[in-house]
Amino acid sequence: MRYAETGFSLEIDLSRGSIEKVETDPRDTELYLGGQGIAAKILFERVPADVDPFSPENLLIFSTGLLHGTPAPAANRTVVNTFSPQTNLMSHSLFGGFFGPELKYAGYDRIIIRGKAPDLVYLYIHNDKVEIRDATHLRGKGTTETGDLLKRELKDQKVQVAAIGLAGENRVYMASIDHNHASAARGVGVIMGDKRLKAIAVRGTKDLNIARPAELFDMCQRIHKKMAESTGCGDWMAVDEDDSFHHNHFAWGNARTRRKDFWSKELQERWTRWKYDHMDRQTGCYNCPKTCRNVIKWPGRPRFGYKCFGKDTYHMAAFLELDFSYEILGVAQEYGVDSYATPQVMAFALELLEAGILTDKDFPDMPADSRGRFFYLLEKIVRREGIGDVLADSVSRAAKRIGNGAEAYDHNTTKKFEQVPIKLGKVNPAFFLMIATGEKMNITQIEGSFPQDPLPTLEQREEFVSHWEAVPDAKFKKYFLEWEKRNDISDEATCDIVDWNEAMHYIDDSLGTCGFVSSFRGQFGGDVPYHINNLPQIISLATGMEMDKAKLWKNFQRIRTLVRAVNVRRGLRRKDERPPEDHWAVRDEKYEQELLSKYYGFKGWNSEGIPTRQALERLDLGYVADDLEQRGILTADESASAGKPSAEKATI
Amino acid sequence: MKAGLTTKTVKEIKVDIDKCTGCRACEMACSAYHAHPRYSSINPAKSRIRVVADEINDEYVPIRAGDYTPSECNGRHIYTIGGKDYSECSFCGASCPSRDYFIEPDSGLPLKCDMCESVPPLAEPMCVQVCGTDALTYVEREVEREEKPQKKRGQIEIGLESLVNQYGIEAVIDSLNQMSKVQRR
Repeated sequence: MRYAETGFSLEIDLSRGSIEKVETDPRDTELYLGGQGIAAKILFERVPADVDPFSPENLLIFSTGLLHGTPAPAANRTVVNTFSPQTNLMSHSLFGGFFGPELKYAGYDRIIIRGKAPDLVYLYIHNDKVEIRDATHLRGKGTTETGDLLKRELKDQKVQVAAIGLAGENRVYMASIDHNHASAARGVGVIMGDKRLKAIAVRGTKDLNIARPAELFDMCQRIHKKMAESTGCGDWMAVDEDDSFHHNHFAWGNARTRRKDFWSKELQERWTRWKYDHMDRQTGCYNCPKTCRNVIKWPGRPRFGYKCFGKDTYHMAAFLELDFSYEILGVAQEYGVDSYATPQVMAFALELLEAGILTDKDFPDMPADSRGRFFYLLEKIVRREGIGDVLADSVSRAAKRIGNGAEAYDHNTTKKFEQVPIKLGKVNPAFFLMIATGEKMNITQIEGSFPQDPLPTLEQREEFVSHWEAVPDAKFKKYFLEWEKRNDISDEATCDIVDWNEAMHYIDDSLGTCGFVSSFRGQFGGDVPYHINNLPQIISLATGMEMDKAKLWKNFQRIRTLVRAVNVRRGLRRKDERPPEDHWAVRDEKYEQELLSKYYGFKGWNSEGIPTRQALERLDLGYVADDLEQRGILTADESASAGKPSAEKATI
Repeated sequence: MKAGLTTKTVKEIKVDIDKCTGCRACEMACSAYHAHPRYSSINPAKSRIRVVADEINDEYVPIRAGDYTPSECNGRHIYTIGGKDYSECSFCGASCPSRDYFIEPDSGLPLKCDMCESVPPLAEPMCVQVCGTDALTYVEREVEREEKPQKKRGQIEIGLESLVNQYGIEAVIDSLNQMSKVQRR
């Protein structure tokens, strides 16, 4: 018997209309856990490196995490992976809510979708009954609206729906997949739309078995209680009305303008009133006591839910205030667009207009005010109408299509992906490495365990480390105790810190646990309920597999290295690993490149950022080394390949 | 206590629907607690508490499994509370053919909340214990009520009464007469 997982994948071919329930190999669980880990292996094995993301051969994989459906609280984030037309690399995306656990109760660990349907369809899964159904009646419907319509159509309020909106249908690169006011961003909605898959509706009523039930239940209830009571986890932005940090320090418009004195007491009172006058409630995801999502009903607009920095992106791009974000977010959520990337694309377009690279002719009948312009651009982009068709390809690709100097305005992307709009002074070593080498495309998907800033006094630092349960090794306590100035830290410590930060994300995204109670949250206060010291026991009790800290760490290294190999095969090289040039005002190219080389060495990668055979074999990835050698990406004499340009399969 | 009065403990789960976040931890824990062996499997479809959740209307109502009913209602109330419409079903705990709440998915048998009174009983029902936002709270109240003397009835009396209910007293007397003739012959 399989524990914590069902042992089955659902394989769907939309071109042929075939549906198969396929038993999986338990050894994959031992090596890659689940979620993104196993998805990376499937993408490596089954999607040839030269496959265009819009090819029917591209796969779209919805994965549950290994702990989904078990009593482990906050294990509910569904992982979506595919290849993105924006980056030509592996897309890494997640959404909270109820979908993943429901899929497990239906009897599947993941859905692997290939091919393309002739017209819009949806997938209906009710335990062993799986059907590809016509969805032409849902064309143009909003994401939440689609969920509601399907619940009525299927006469089942408990069905869980993940859907795309108009943006996904029209293959907008920033399109998201939405479920229950949660959103999977970063390049997955476009592929769901390309496959003509409007929605997946899933309902499960099967048992999920647990290896050591009573012990796991007891341990999980203690963690659940800690989560409920602790202020050290969850999204503090859902309740903290002082948001001066983002507004005074992040850049507005097209990641361009700092407004250091923007925040005021009067403004905070006004914004707080807007929020509480229109907030229905705060909601949580499956089996999690935190209330990270604020649900807002703005007059005349669809009800929506937001969390974290998502509430700031639209009004900061438009130089407006919170009421504008509240007005547009419900509309944007129904269209299904990424609230991090989309406002930047719009602000980029308006900058090009101001610079004369685009002209009024490109924006026929556009209103004169910022509010009106953003709504106008949203409509153009999700319909791919006029200039919207160009902008729908995201900043980097749009800049190339527009030409005429537009590329200079593409100044906030890495690996062709829009970054969080932060423009600071002096280069921060850990953040340099994280933005440069992260393959989850957003700083929020790699930062998180080690604090962002030192504490001012030794006494405070001693107090902090005295109850720091999350550290993988005592050396991190030492690093923190000795850390006085933000940018002044040894390269050795920087490599260790970045590695730990990254480790927890790779573990979360394979287990399905949420970053707000784990990987993302430790940097603010250190007191996270899930960490490298207690997760092995939870995995062991749930699955019956033997697991300890060293084994789990090796799992992280294996999955991380495999993801790197997947992307290296598609052309990712050192030259692509650059934070935006103006991310910091003062740069030190020589130091940065030395640090990058050290980090590559630390990771077991050569000077091009390609994992070496030795590193791959140590992680049971000998088959990856063979593949990379066959392609000439790795040569038998690795030192010969180091430093010189490698075979460029696809340019990204 | 006055003569002729007894006390009974009434167990109540108070539900504050404004505090419910829709997380369904209660469903997870209930299904685990009632699994055999205890906690061995998780399946919210077997929970005796379900959260009626409708995010488009901002409706979150935990309901508790009550009695089985063989047929659905011939009509229902729609309640408007605080400007929002709630179907009567959103508050009804019946195991009823109109929906698949409180019906054991494998056997089709109805499920009923036992307030976690199984042996040993829990101090508080499991759903209340795991509710992280206090949407569910537990109250025990002692209520006095009049002692109603229960008439002891024998098995023959109970059996005959059900036959009378079904066939009418005349048919039962006729049958008894017939049987006595046969027996005495």
